Amino acid sequence: MADTKPNTLQIATKPEFIDASATVVKQDFGERGVKTGNVRSARKITFDFGLSEDDVKKLQAELTDPVTEFSAVNEQISPGDFDFMVEVSRKPGVTDTQGRTAKEIAETVLDREVGEGNAHTSAQYFVKGGTEEELRKAAVAMLANPLIEDVQIRDYRTWDRKTGLHTLPVMIAPNNVGVGYVDLNVGDDALMEISTKGELSLNLREMHAIGSEYRRPDFAQERKTFGLGPMPTDVELEVLAQTWSEHCKHKIFNAAVHYVDRKTGQTIDIDSLFKTFIKGSTEAISKTNKWKDLLVSVFKDNAGIVKFNDMWNMLMKVETHNSPSAKDGYAGALTGVNGCHRDIMGAGIGAELIASTDVLCFGNPDYAGYLPSTILHPDRVRKGVFKGIEHAGNKTGIPTVNGSVFFHDSFLGKPLVFCGSVGVMPAEINGRKTEEKIIGPGYLAVMVGGRVGKDGIHGATFSSGMLHEKSPSSAVQIGDPIVQKRAYDFLIKARNLGLFEAITDNGAGGLSSSIGELAQISGGCEIYLDRVPLKYEGMQPWEILISESQERMTTAVKPEKLDEFLELSKKYRVESAVVGKFTDSGKFHATYGRAYWDDVVAHLDMEFLHNGVPRMGLEAEWQGIIHGDDPSIADNSDLTEELNEMLARPNIASKERMVRRFDHEVQGGSVGKPFVGADNDGPADAAVLRPFLDSNEGVILSHGINPLYGQIDTYHMTANAIDEAIRGVIAVGGDMERIVFNDNFCWPSPLEDKHKMAQLVRANMALRDYCVEYETPCISGKDSMTIDTSYTDQEGKRQKISGLPTVLMSAMAKMEDVRNFVSMDAKRPGDAVYVLGLTKDEMGGSEFYASRGAVGDSVPVVDAKSAKVLYKSLSDATKRGLVASIHDVSQGGLGVALAETAFAGGYGMDIDLSTLPAQNVDKNYKALFSESASRFVVTIDPLKAEEFEKTMGPSAYARIGSVLQEDGFYVRGLDKRAVITASIYELKDSWQSRFGWN
Amino acid sequence: MKPNALILTGNGLNTEKELDYSLRAAGATARIATLYELVDGDVDLGDYQMLAICGGFSDGDDLGAGVATAKRLGEAGDEMRRFFDRDTLTYGVCNGFQILVKMGVFNDGARRDLTLTYNDAGFFYDGWVRLKADPDSRCVFTKGLGALYLPVRHGEGKFTTKDDPTLQRLHSNGQVAMQYVDAQGNTATKFPENPNGSVDAIAGACDKTGRIFGTMPHFEAFNSITNHPHYTRMKREIGAGVDDVEPDGIKLFRNMVSYFS
Repeated sequence: MADTKPNTLQIATKPEFIDASATVVKQDFGERGVKTGNVRSARKITFDFGLSEDDVKKLQAELTDPVTEFSAVNEQISPGDFDFMVEVSRKPGVTDTQGRTAKEIAETVLDREVGEGNAHTSAQYFVKGGTEEELRKAAVAMLANPLIEDVQIRDYRTWDRKTGLHTLPVMIAPNNVGVGYVDLNVGDDALMEISTKGELSLNLREMHAIGSEYRRPDFAQERKTFGLGPMPTDVELEVLAQTWSEHCKHKIFNAAVHYVDRKTGQTIDIDSLFKTFIKGSTEAISKTNKWKDLLVSVFKDNAGIVKFNDMWNMLMKVETHNSPSAKDGYAGALTGVNGCHRDIMGAGIGAELIASTDVLCFGNPDYAGYLPSTILHPDRVRKGVFKGIEHAGNKTGIPTVNGSVFFHDSFLGKPLVFCGSVGVMPAEINGRKTEEKIIGPGYLAVMVGGRVGKDGIHGATFSSGMLHEKSPSSAVQIGDPIVQKRAYDFLIKARNLGLFEAITDNGAGGLSSSIGELAQISGGCEIYLDRVPLKYEGMQPWEILISESQERMTTAVKPEKLDEFLELSKKYRVESAVVGKFTDSGKFHATYGRAYWDDVVAHLDMEFLHNGVPRMGLEAEWQGIIHGDDPSIADNSDLTEELNEMLARPNIASKERMVRRFDHEVQGGSVGKPFVGADNDGPADAAVLRPFLDSNEGVILSHGINPLYGQIDTYHMTANAIDEAIRGVIAVGGDMERIVFNDNFCWPSPLEDKHKMAQLVRANMALRDYCVEYETPCISGKDSMTIDTSYTDQEGKRQKISGLPTVLMSAMAKMEDVRNFVSMDAKRPGDAVYVLGLTKDEMGGSEFYASRGAVGDSVPVVDAKSAKVLYKSLSDATKRGLVASIHDVSQGGLGVALAETAFAGGYGMDIDLSTLPAQNVDKNYKALFSESASRFVVTIDPLKAEEFEKTMGPSAYARIGSVLQEDGFYVRGLDKRAVITASIYELKDSWQSRFGWN
Repeated sequence: MKPNALILTGNGLNTEKELDYSLRAAGATARIATLYELVDGDVDLGDYQMLAICGGFSDGDDLGAGVATAKRLGEAGDEMRRFFDRDTLTYGVCNGFQILVKMGVFNDGARRDLTLTYNDAGFFYDGWVRLKADPDSRCVFTKGLGALYLPVRHGEGKFTTKDDPTLQRLHSNGQVAMQYVDAQGNTATKFPENPNGSVDAIAGACDKTGRIFGTMPHFEAFNSITNHPHYTRMKREIGAGVDDVEPDGIKLFRNMVSYFS
């Protein structure tokens, strides 16, 4: 062992090379109004374990790029002239992936174990100009998150090259590791104080239910035999709080609801929204001939599983990670995406990941109003979220293929971060059906992947409540995608070798949840908390049990296969440890070797744990549409400016410069890319990919979302989301045959609000009505029922921001042959332009109204019966090769869809709206910007027009113009007079220049 | 007999599926192994004529792309050197290229005089780029390839050298096998045609034997004509015949296989 003094290694880019990360920081500072001169950066690694200075010099030689970098050991370097040095380092206990790699490299280079301790990395920025105060503000706003990172600033004049900064994150172990009892024989106020102070998010009825359980004499007697007293241990209370959290138990969706429609006088008593509408509609659809053999496993596992072909099944899951993303965009999205990946890894006996999707809702990017210090600026959140998605997907080799970004200031408090994952799994492995988890008594619970730390404690209960200033920062976790990727590679191999019998992920609730849920299969479990690999000493037993530290899976391994399992794990450099055993005792039983009372720290009835939560009863009352009339807007004779304005709206403008940071090509099966057309920059309607490279069978991924419509009626919002997702599938050459959905509901709390509850009921009604009509079953889903944030405003008053009720419908469809793929760009001058579907006076909730500060009430109403016929005809036409391009008409209406089709193709267009199939449309702005559902813009080789028209049969359609060789974009209005005269380059520039590369 | 390829993955490398498919489609046999299997001695490079090192994020690109993995592979250093010295082919794509660079296989002397570093733009970029292969290069992988269209996706792909003489040496040795070009076919200087700011638009380089080749663009991700971003546009022009067009990516693997026939 060498001396224990930490050694530092600092590495910087040589002055003659561009320092790309420093350039970005300088831009970030500039955006915060801090003008600086030159900015250079350095990376610092502090080795806080047994290394000598010579050891570190050996590492220096390996870790410094001899061409572009220079470095120093135990001496501060300064790359260039500077006034201030800003150093950003992680707080204690926060995951440091680079530090982990640095330690692994130290062991490789020095060829020995280096002992306990960690390597810590920090980023240093050497800034010319600025003042210490403004740099600190800018650093906290742009570079560091005070919840997880520290910022230190040094003045050049007080700079000491020898000592520099030597601050290391130190975990302080609590003095007493042990277990305590919690007395529930107290008054209601005291009970609620226990719940609130302990971050348990349990309500009074739930606290009473737990109290009653412990007053049961036979239970008390049974506990006595294990040396446990008649009160819950802190471990037990935490397990119950986690298992009963809204996040895990979906208490609102399972509640008994009394719904009253004040307009019609109708009342309905609903026995669980989930059972009635979501599961209910899927059950109805699953009985149809089309679907009866295709739904393999729905609503009971981490992801929905459907048949792909005779050999393979496919899986989908879309999660949300809203609260963590509000606290830190990067960490929230990173763990959200990788967490949802684990849902696929943990479905059945484990599946391969083939794609990710991301749908995001933020406050407006240029929001300039008041924000309390506890709420991050939406642009900061957005940038962090994008970085998180980039790292989560790119670093694990899973293509990010579909998504969208929606801006509305109701999402200032909590952004919505929907992370979707898609996978495939062989239908059978070694003669065993892969969707089944099999666990018998005696099988071992083996934890695989990362270690357990204090990160992510109370994530499940935290996300189930309203965000506030004191929300726990330990709920912010940073992921380590490479640790997960290694675990993934190992688990797929182990699965194929039949080394384990069941698997699930450690997400919300950690081991308590993963083992607790798997234990329902065998009928009980024992968990050995002292055998769980920890990141550091000093964790309380209850913390070990519910910690949500990332990158962990729990498997059930037969004892006779354990050695082989552990051997292979070691081969893949993955840590695996036996942490428990499955039993048929009917008990959730946990021990901790170093505690008292014969080591038992938890002993609960499985039945009470999983089914003991009291059912909620909720009231819902619908008053009808409350938004009022449509505004009256004069129809300008020329709408060119309006079209340019619409194209530049944040919700419509190109997101290409954000999205190109995501790898959408890895795995080699990309067909329909996020951006398509002559210059690969037109907005695709859906993703198409080939999961099996030797086959042309494909998967289509699309989605529908529009919270603006929900301001009028969530029923129609949901119907439009379903229709939009289906349109995406049809637009890229798919059909109605094999579309399944994942539903996500994000709602402001409806617990004390009958109107919000009624909105939730109505959204569910639409889900049932339209999914049944379209025969598109939901196979999985997730809800997040508290998208509210409380804060104190400038006058010291308590305020609340609540996100708009939001439904995301994510569609996954089998495509028989990817060679039927159609993209949205106009292909050739002379091609005929068609509009399919009826345009109606349905401006309510449109982007056009939003641009005028209005909502209106004429929300688009989906006519599913007509749409079905249209979709069938159009997919027949695409399969017969009759169409050159198809573009879905959604936000921004026909005007936007036509312009996008034209400029993506690199050709102009001549359009005449006088023949548009329309209903009650008397103004040109309505023809151009109404967002009526179930419509497409299609271009067609004129030689194929006749056959195409025959194929379209009775559906509403019209030929409204043609593609031009020149770059002019001309629209004549309802009265045949010119309303738009523009060039496609001008329109494209409006659409593209809203968001930059940074 | 089909030449035998070893595809090296694991530890964050991730393009094994498409490399495997592309090599097989071009007529090779292939086995996928983790780099641990190599350093632990579970696979023997002596059994293979070709080595393909995957793209991806080995060690998460922490501490510089490929640095850590180049070091880990150093544990199998002697075996790798023996493999390189035989009449074999080695292809490193993206992170695989970074690993080869950081192992020093393109150097003139013992000290590394060239590198792949952070993109000038400062961020990861995914997009398709135009390329030209140098017909005079000694690279056996790019023979007859000419103009190419391939995807790039990386944050650390800027090829740069210690100094000008090093760069000139690479040119005069015929090691600059592939460059980014603009729509007119001239070497590209601007983002995104030159996606990372590489000096002389260098997108791929070979060693002095021409048998070791590394590229930032992903040949293996253009393994079917349906991967082409303009697949639907080509279909409008030439109809179903588009499905008979050979994807650019496969051409490279065909050259690899042909080398052994």
